[in-house]
Amino acid sequence: MNWLRSFLDKIKPNFEKGGKLYFLHSTFEAFEVFFFVPNKVTEKGSHIRDYVDLKRLMTHVLIALAPIVLFGMFNVGLQHFRLQLGLDVDAWGQVVKEIGFWRIFWYGFLHILPIIVVSYVSGLAVEFASAQIRHHQVNEGFLVTGMLIALIVPPTIPLWMLSVATIFAVIFGKEVFGGTGMNFLNPALLTRAFLFFAYPASMSGDAIWVASKGLDVISGPTPLALAAQNQFVQAPSLLTMSLGFIPGSIGETSKILIILAAIYLIFTGVANLRVMISALVGAAAMGIIFNLWGANEYMQIPFYYHFFIGGFLFGAIFMATDPVTSAQTPTGKIYYGLLIGIFCVLIRVVNPAYPEGAMLAILLMNVFAPLIDHLVVQQNINRRKKRALLSQTIKS
Amino acid sequence: MKEHFKIKKGLDIPLEGVAPLKDLPNISSDKYAILPPDFRLLTPRLLVQEGDDILAGEPIIQNKLNENIFITSPISGKVTAIIRGEKRILKQIIITPKFPQEYKIFNIPTTLDRDNIIKLLLESGLWVNIKQRPYGIIANPSDTPKAIYISAFDSSPLAPDPDYLIKGEEKNFQKGIDIIKKLTSGPIYLNISSSRNKSDFYKNIKNVELHYFEGPHPVGNVSVQISRISPINKGDIYWYLYPQDVIFIGRLFQNGKLDLHRKIVLTGSELTDRGYITTLPGISMQALLNNRLKQNNVRVISGNALTGTNAGLDGFLSYYDNQITVIPEGNYYDFFGWVAPKFTKYSPSRMIMNWLIRSKKKKYVLDTNMHGEERPFVLSDQYDKYFPFDIYPVYLLKAILSENIEQMENLGIYEIVEEDFALPEYACVSKINLQEIVRKGIDLMIKETT
Repeated sequence: MNWLRSFLDKIKPNFEKGGKLYFLHSTFEAFEVFFFVPNKVTEKGSHIRDYVDLKRLMTHVLIALAPIVLFGMFNVGLQHFRLQLGLDVDAWGQVVKEIGFWRIFWYGFLHILPIIVVSYVSGLAVEFASAQIRHHQVNEGFLVTGMLIALIVPPTIPLWMLSVATIFAVIFGKEVFGGTGMNFLNPALLTRAFLFFAYPASMSGDAIWVASKGLDVISGPTPLALAAQNQFVQAPSLLTMSLGFIPGSIGETSKILIILAAIYLIFTGVANLRVMISALVGAAAMGIIFNLWGANEYMQIPFYYHFFIGGFLFGAIFMATDPVTSAQTPTGKIYYGLLIGIFCVLIRVVNPAYPEGAMLAILLMNVFAPLIDHLVVQQNINRRKKRALLSQTIKS
Repeated sequence: MKEHFKIKKGLDIPLEGVAPLKDLPNISSDKYAILPPDFRLLTPRLLVQEGDDILAGEPIIQNKLNENIFITSPISGKVTAIIRGEKRILKQIIITPKFPQEYKIFNIPTTLDRDNIIKLLLESGLWVNIKQRPYGIIANPSDTPKAIYISAFDSSPLAPDPDYLIKGEEKNFQKGIDIIKKLTSGPIYLNISSSRNKSDFYKNIKNVELHYFEGPHPVGNVSVQISRISPINKGDIYWYLYPQDVIFIGRLFQNGKLDLHRKIVLTGSELTDRGYITTLPGISMQALLNNRLKQNNVRVISGNALTGTNAGLDGFLSYYDNQITVIPEGNYYDFFGWVAPKFTKYSPSRMIMNWLIRSKKKKYVLDTNMHGEERPFVLSDQYDKYFPFDIYPVYLLKAILSENIEQMENLGIYEIVEEDFALPEYACVSKINLQEIVRKGIDLMIKETT
């Protein structure tokens, strides 16, 4: 790769201070460090540094997301053809048999690719521009956010809306606070929340969850919507739901792949186990409380169904664990996760206006995470003060 | 009282280049240097001029802030150069040695009480070997510490074997302990590790409380040991020394000479010939490493790879160090290095693919490349694995960055020093220079509270 290196070295002076293309220096740097980890050596502190940097970390999240993206493409195609054939959700096997795997996948691929591209282009444009304005380096943060945004929107989302929402979320959710690492709301969820409140017609109802363009039929409701309408008896089987052959946001349907991704993230040490587990525990606990209460049909749905319907599992694994917006202290992470689980189920069951509680629960806890941390850190401070007091009384 | 403490958090980096337990032939250099930057927060007043003849033990530098504290020459000879840096900061005082060595003879007081001991330690220059917590700076002779800590082992990468360093100096060690025992009203905590300190010698030392520490680095750091035995509260002062300092004190009070000869260890992957050598601080790296380097693109570190000083091949051994580490410089471009699987490289995380084939015995060559660029704090829990304290590291660092003195105090700045952040710094995904931040925080605390 010496030719590339010497090419970069040759054009580099143009982008340095005083060069003709100085206004593009952040962009040049972003591409240079994309190809080559710089030759910068340690100057202060530890002489040796680990191989892991933020780019590698983000890459692992993308690796974990890859199967989910591919499955999302397949499922979008599957739901489309299922509707065309007028079949039931559980009849996915028949759809595959009649249409063929590759045709289904190709349909979904063509449908999803523009969504991913628009999400990345809109967000990265903002990232590059703000890096340039602030004379910062372009940050890796959006690599994951861009993919997450594509995975948590309905497949029928109009591209211009997606673009507007992404730009809004990156500017007002992240850049105004100082960029990656400084934001307190998860930018991907903020995108979704923006869409949800600004364009409710494109984000809720039964019609949006299946790419039904060119078809006369209206898609069926998601299992989540069925539950909210107290018609959960019509929901697909647990197997179909865990495999993910159901209508829904692009990436949220396959619970098995999400769990595999979670295992991968924990194994590589990228994501935090505490948040995931405590979110699941919180949701289960709230579900059990509702089961015992049993005042309406929704409350009577066995608590573990909450893991299989809607975007809770995806949110708990990929959104709640976002290291920047989650609680920072180990103890705080447990409370943070528990409350996400509790609020998610609470919003789902009690508030029929918001069928999906995960998004709001996580955003809400994003806001409260600093408070949780403050309380945990304060305990540490009090412990220290108490110790000092104790040693003084022993002395005197 | 004998206690065992087990530390779980931490990491022993399997660095290539451990030195075998053998002595290399003695070397003398034509150049030794006293390096005032070795002495944290000491404002030097130079007491010698170029051309002066000096004996080992004669004062070279006086501390302007506390005029009782001197740095004395470890070697006899002629002052041949005084090198200053920017803003005339004193950087090096070069001494060309004269052999055989001539020592200034100090009068050992007949009654060894606290005042006499401190007086002799100050006069001989050995006082600078006694440091204090909080802050890890040279102790103040007018304080009385609650206790004195001695970590009898070093857990950092490629650290010297503690038993080998002390071999033959057992008497001086005991003598040193007896002397410093008079400096404190409390106990002397001698902390050993049964996996590293194999000799029975420690068990027979009198006047100390023996404690056992096991676990990965940073278990040998004094901060870790203090945090387990008697955590520092605001206002507490502890003093600490390393075994070699105790030996120097023992020698001084045995024979009235400042004899700073010590065993140092030459380590690191880029040396052809590793081992132990007896020498004085300030010896030139040229003399030590001549004909021992595998290649020239190397980093010569006085100290260990995590906390040492970048001395350079034309530099000198720092005053406090007993280790030299030579590792390759990392000034290369790594093509797609951030995504390459790196089967053959070491990382404690599973984010590179080496975990697939790693064996516990395998050692790795690590270079000085940053392996990435600096970013804001992103991962909130990455430091916890390597930070065995009841402290929230990111919160403390942020308090330092915002110069919030009260919050720094609340969050435990008294309990740590720079070296405790070395492992988190090694592992930091955002490539932030944590030790530098902590250093600034400590400077600020000292400035604001005294």
